[in-house]
Amino acid sequence: MSGLSGSARPAIAHGMRLQWEPAQDAHVLLYPEGMVKLNGSAAAILERCDGMRSVAEIVADLERTFGTTNLSDDVTAFVAMALERRWLELRA
Amino acid sequence: MTAGPPLWLLLELTYRCPLHCVFCYNPTDFAATGPELPTAEWLRVLREARALGAVQLGLSGGEPLAREDLEPIVAEAHALGFYTNLITSGIGMTEERIRALKAAGLDHIQLSFQDSTRELNDFLSSSRTFELKARVAELIRKYHYPMVLNVVLHRLNIDHVGEILAMAESLGAQYVELANTQYYGWAWLNRAHLLPSRAQLARAEEVTRTFRERVGSGMQIYFVVPDYFETRPKACMNGLGNVFLAVTPDGTALPCHAARMLPGLEFPNVREHDVRSIWYDSAAFNHFRGEAWMKEPCSSCPERQRDFGGCRCQAYLLTGDAANADPVCELSPHHHLVTAAVAEAERAAAAGAAPLIFRDHRISIAVEPRRAPAT
Repeated sequence: MSGLSGSARPAIAHGMRLQWEPAQDAHVLLYPEGMVKLNGSAAAILERCDGMRSVAEIVADLERTFGTTNLSDDVTAFVAMALERRWLELRA
Repeated sequence: MTAGPPLWLLLELTYRCPLHCVFCYNPTDFAATGPELPTAEWLRVLREARALGAVQLGLSGGEPLAREDLEPIVAEAHALGFYTNLITSGIGMTEERIRALKAAGLDHIQLSFQDSTRELNDFLSSSRTFELKARVAELIRKYHYPMVLNVVLHRLNIDHVGEILAMAESLGAQYVELANTQYYGWAWLNRAHLLPSRAQLARAEEVTRTFRERVGSGMQIYFVVPDYFETRPKACMNGLGNVFLAVTPDGTALPCHAARMLPGLEFPNVREHDVRSIWYDSAAFNHFRGEAWMKEPCSSCPERQRDFGGCRCQAYLLTGDAANADPVCELSPHHHLVTAAVAEAERAAAAGAAPLIFRDHRISIAVEPRRAPAT
């Protein structure tokens, strides 16, 4: 597991944009001359990365919204991957 | 309708450009094209394409800053939900304009450099622009845009790749595209001068690899290998008519910025047709969709859905038939044309060569297919 702290507050990285595209029936992440089409769970996580909420709060919100538990490892792994790809950045 | 939406829209707003780059992919007969679309027509194209699902927008040319209505075009694109990319040499950028573009919602600026040294930058673009570009890079940083640099590589500058990367680092670049020249338009005319040797290419890749290791993830470097050195073709445009729509300054709609050279296709103009009918219904956009157009060895090739037979323009330029396999593919019966060009370039490099042809309005000419590029 990554060393990402539950108190870290991820945000969509500067220069990137998350938006819903009806033509693709999906959320997409847009960046300079590129685009990633997101699946539902990736979009649900990224939508909550607003620079205000911690990873722990995002996990709690997702578990509440989708009526499930034990999402922490999956969400943390996804956030770590998205940080590595510079889709996300951490806010102090 | 089997085709998906035109996710990528490229507007070539003008062919006017203060530079005269010898590797420009603009058509060599650009001076013969009709008048540029007025602002209102560009805005209509944006609305119609966005309604189909276009979302990534390239604003290019020529030099797009030569259009005085760039700001309202960006503003409309931003309001429609496009991610807006300005692809520029930087000539014409001032603090006033970058402030206005930022306010209009411009997302990204890709700044091109011809080389790391003022002498070669200015020689290759036949202009005196290097210091101006460095000032524009400063503006890009000041206005909080990601620093994205593009440098077109070829025989005359590829040995400077270490200096180019050092320059990029000193400018605070986050992304650097080292794009080896693709041989269309003016680059096709000058191919014999521009194609690097295998040894040059290998050295440049090694320098890039070492540099990447040193800087880590702080600077992302894309090294685009010249496809003449490959044995399989690029999946050009992800297949013509699949995701990419270009509109030239006079309103001609193309499935690839170079496609106007393809014979027998009548490319529709946005002055006469709406974008939906152009994309889904026109014969020109449907021609190279699917596989019905393919010939052997493509039509029975297990890789045909991965690379779509390569580039139609390259097949046409090299073999005279756009439906042939891209000769970059070693399975193509015309692959020897590519290996011969590489060998010829090595000889020409060793012998010294005829003058380069700078992109220029006065010598803008129609190039016949299969005409041997200048040697």
